[in-house]
Amino acid sequence: MLGLGVDRLQADINRLLASLFHQGVLDEQFLQLQQLQDETSPNFVYDVINIYFDESEKLLRNLRLLLMDREFSDYKKIGLHLNQLVGSSSSIGARRVRNVCVAFRSASELSNRPGCLRGLEVVEHEYHYLKNMMHELFQLEQQRILAAGVRYPM
Amino acid sequence: MVCEMETDQIEEMDVEVLSSMWPEDVGTEADKQFNVEKPAGDLDTLKEVTIETRTIADMTRLPNLLNSTHQGSSQLTNLVKQWEYMQDNAVRLLKEELKNLDRQREEAEAKELKIIEEYKFESNEPENVPVLDETSDLFRRFRQKKRDALVDSKKIEIYEEFDTVAYWKQKALSLEKMLEASTERERRLMEKLSESLKTMESQSAPVQELTQNLKRAEGFLHFILQNAPIVMGHQDKDLRYLFIYNKYPSLREQDILGKTDVEIFHGGGVKESEDFKREVLEKGKASKREITFTTDLFGSKTFLIYVEPVYNKAGEKIGINYMGMEVTDQVVKREKMAKLREDNAVRKAMESELNKTIHITEETMRAKQMLATMSHEIRSPLSGVVGMAEILSTTKLDKEQRQLLNVMISSGDLVLQLINDILDLSKVESGVMRLEATKFRPREVVKHVLQTAAASLKKSLTLEGNIADDVPIEVVGDVLRIRQILTNLISNAIKFTHEGNVGIKLQVISEPSFVRDNALNADTEEHEQNGLTETSVWICCDVWDTGIGIPENALPCLFKKYMQASADHARKYGGTGLGLAICKQLVELMGGQLTVTSRVNEGSTFTFILPYKVGRSDDYSDDQDEFSDMADQQSEPDDTAEGYFQFKPLLGSIYSNGGPGISNDFLPHKVMLTSPIKLINGFVADPSNNTGQSEMLQLENGGYMDESKLETSSGHCPESAHQYENGNGRCFSKESESCSSSQASSEGGTLEMESELTVSSHREEEKAEIEVKETSKPNILLVEDNKINIMVAKSMMKQLGHTMDIANNGVEAITAINSSSYDLVLMDVCMPVLDGLKATRLIRSYEETGNWNAAIEAGVDISTSENEQVCMRPTNRLPIIAMTANTLAESSEECYANGMDSFISKPVTLQKLRECLQQYLH
Repeated sequence: MLGLGVDRLQADINRLLASLFHQGVLDEQFLQLQQLQDETSPNFVYDVINIYFDESEKLLRNLRLLLMDREFSDYKKIGLHLNQLVGSSSSIGARRVRNVCVAFRSASELSNRPGCLRGLEVVEHEYHYLKNMMHELFQLEQQRILAAGVRYPM
Repeated sequence: MVCEMETDQIEEMDVEVLSSMWPEDVGTEADKQFNVEKPAGDLDTLKEVTIETRTIADMTRLPNLLNSTHQGSSQLTNLVKQWEYMQDNAVRLLKEELKNLDRQREEAEAKELKIIEEYKFESNEPENVPVLDETSDLFRRFRQKKRDALVDSKKIEIYEEFDTVAYWKQKALSLEKMLEASTERERRLMEKLSESLKTMESQSAPVQELTQNLKRAEGFLHFILQNAPIVMGHQDKDLRYLFIYNKYPSLREQDILGKTDVEIFHGGGVKESEDFKREVLEKGKASKREITFTTDLFGSKTFLIYVEPVYNKAGEKIGINYMGMEVTDQVVKREKMAKLREDNAVRKAMESELNKTIHITEETMRAKQMLATMSHEIRSPLSGVVGMAEILSTTKLDKEQRQLLNVMISSGDLVLQLINDILDLSKVESGVMRLEATKFRPREVVKHVLQTAAASLKKSLTLEGNIADDVPIEVVGDVLRIRQILTNLISNAIKFTHEGNVGIKLQVISEPSFVRDNALNADTEEHEQNGLTETSVWICCDVWDTGIGIPENALPCLFKKYMQASADHARKYGGTGLGLAICKQLVELMGGQLTVTSRVNEGSTFTFILPYKVGRSDDYSDDQDEFSDMADQQSEPDDTAEGYFQFKPLLGSIYSNGGPGISNDFLPHKVMLTSPIKLINGFVADPSNNTGQSEMLQLENGGYMDESKLETSSGHCPESAHQYENGNGRCFSKESESCSSSQASSEGGTLEMESELTVSSHREEEKAEIEVKETSKPNILLVEDNKINIMVAKSMMKQLGHTMDIANNGVEAITAINSSSYDLVLMDVCMPVLDGLKATRLIRSYEETGNWNAAIEAGVDISTSENEQVCMRPTNRLPIIAMTANTLAESSEECYANGMDSFISKPVTLQKLRECLQQYLH
């Protein structure tokens, strides 16, 4: 709060990002995203990620509804949803979500229902993990900005 | 007391004896079994039962048998014993009776004596001596005394004592009465005696008793066996029936008795049963067996047969007893059960096997996907590295730096090549690889492959192409893949050949045997699909060399992944070891076969046989025109039918052999539409594109790049040079994606050339138009349905200094293109409503025809007012860049085939976008 922890916060952020990269949760595309953030759009990453979560939430809900239906057979629709999810995940660099989505999609292409259900579980798991991590990251970021904003009269 | 005890004993004995053989109260037992409340208690129940005689027996021999065997004699002995006991009993009873009578008589005589003594009476009545009197001495003595006394007293009687008549009369009367009573008693005794004699007589008939017992036993047997589905019999030593009991008799007595099984029945099982009986007879051991008979007499039935040997008293075997029960139903049931159980087990096993397979397949799929994804991921940054290195190589460098850089580039290329191979392989294996059917000329393909190989040749080898006359001028097949296979094999051949020749030989062969085996199922399907409009031809292609050869033991693993003939070779010659595996898979994918024959130090021949379709003649003539035009320009009319090429090292002739100036005159549009990658790659890598001077320079430099060449070739685009360099024996025309950026740029090069040379006027007009409309800012349209992607792409564009319009799907894109003009379209491939490929096709059709009819037909709503405006506008080719998410699902070939100019693989990065804009916006 006193603006003394800027460096520490930055280090935390870097550490978190490094671990996310190391785990394969994120990839270079996320750095691309960060590069795109400049003075004209200071909250670009935050906005994009937020929209991503909104959209993905919807998609996942739909997927779950579709798969929970007993007489369901519309694998094509699942495929479309997954395409969306794969596209947006790879756009923000959410590599692990993307990869598990791809596996899920191949299961849906084979009309493999148990595979789909498993895929959904895994995707949801990865998604929530990503969400938590992002939440943490943004909180750190926010603190850092706040801390960085503190100025002491010379 | 004595009497009572005796009778008790007798009764006990009775019970003991009688109960031993046949239960007297059969009825009660049966009733107990059947839960009848009131026990009937005697044999009457059996009498009520109607007994049919189903027994057929040889009556003359059966008694003999009964007498001569142990079983028979023991039964008889039992009966006799029983009878003897009964006789004993009767005798005892009689003796008792006699004793009683004796006692009575004694009493009577005692009385008489008393009377006589009382009256001192001397009688002359006749002596009545009881028959059974010998024992009574007392009486005799008494009589003798009487007689003695009689002699003395006679005189006294007459003379001295009781001489009155009345007295004597009275005396006589009373005596007479007593006599009467005595005779009466005597008579009764006699009667009793005769009666007892009579009963004795009746009891003494043992046969009757025995018969009765026998009858009872038989009745009991019948009662039990009446409804039992069994057959019993006795057969003698020769297995001839002496006795048989059958519930369902179908044969008469004379048909069975004295005959053997074999004589009676015919059919399956009879012999077996006969043998079985004989076996039992021989072994002397009773046993059971199940035998299925199939006879004319009673059809197919299974019997459970029990056979026991029969011995005579001397212990010799005289025959067998045989008992059979029909168990057909049980056997059927049992077999059914067994079958069910077996089926169950099999099904379970299959299920588990299937599960395992599914699991493995899933795993494999995932692994392959993983591999493909990984390879793809590695490739993108790597191409960046190589690209940058190549750009770096165009800058001013000293010799050492250049050498280092060259090593870097070639290593990078090698890794790229490896990754491409892996991608190729996983594509083939996962079945995503789609084959395209395009018309091509085998002679040209061979020639181009050899030309390309010759161009990068660093050894003194002679390359030969030999094509038989009967090979059609033009066939249909996946030229890209065939070229890939040829290139791969040729580069292999060159790699392992140090001097001599390397060559390709084409000839038509008859349908090979491995296809004929599958002909019935596979071929008919194919024919149905093709509607029999085209005929197939099998072409055998030999790629031979005079190189080091392959040892025989290395042949089997030659086509395996990551395998080379030996580790030494791998070190010496390098390479990924994937090439042949890919070739084999590609050939098999196309329905052919790849084989190899080789001799160490003499050379190897790789042979692949592939089916091709021969196009119809009218199609052919169309193409012919096109190509003959070209041929005219080249003034080489023989080219299409030429069957022999030779490329010799260090001779100028190669450079005149190739058709010069092809690509310069070739319209890129057409190249795109037919088989874009191949031709572009082929031509760009073709040394004949360039002037002879630059070629010589290249040779002098040992294949390294030269700035003079850069200037002479398509100028400002350095990456086309990279493509050329790339052709150095490793990556001739492998895979479009591999060199996506560079290839796209080379296209850009030709496009540029085209616009300068032929349609520059259009371009200029357009440019002018644009300049009038907007201040030279290019109009870009992004067609994308994913919000995130839109945001990211837009932001990137902003950083690159551009703005762009957004369309959310193909229909919106068409509407947008219809209403305003764009310089570049970035098109997502996978979209709802109308996908990128279809949208591109519709846009291309508009460019060709000048109207949106095709789009309207496809259901896209386009307002007519703008239609007029559209028609007035000159149509030229709008660059459309595909954005593909996945290399496997959305193949680049498909993008090109649908009229797209290039593609960016997702996720879009600043770098990719920048390169793309640089190429297409000027």
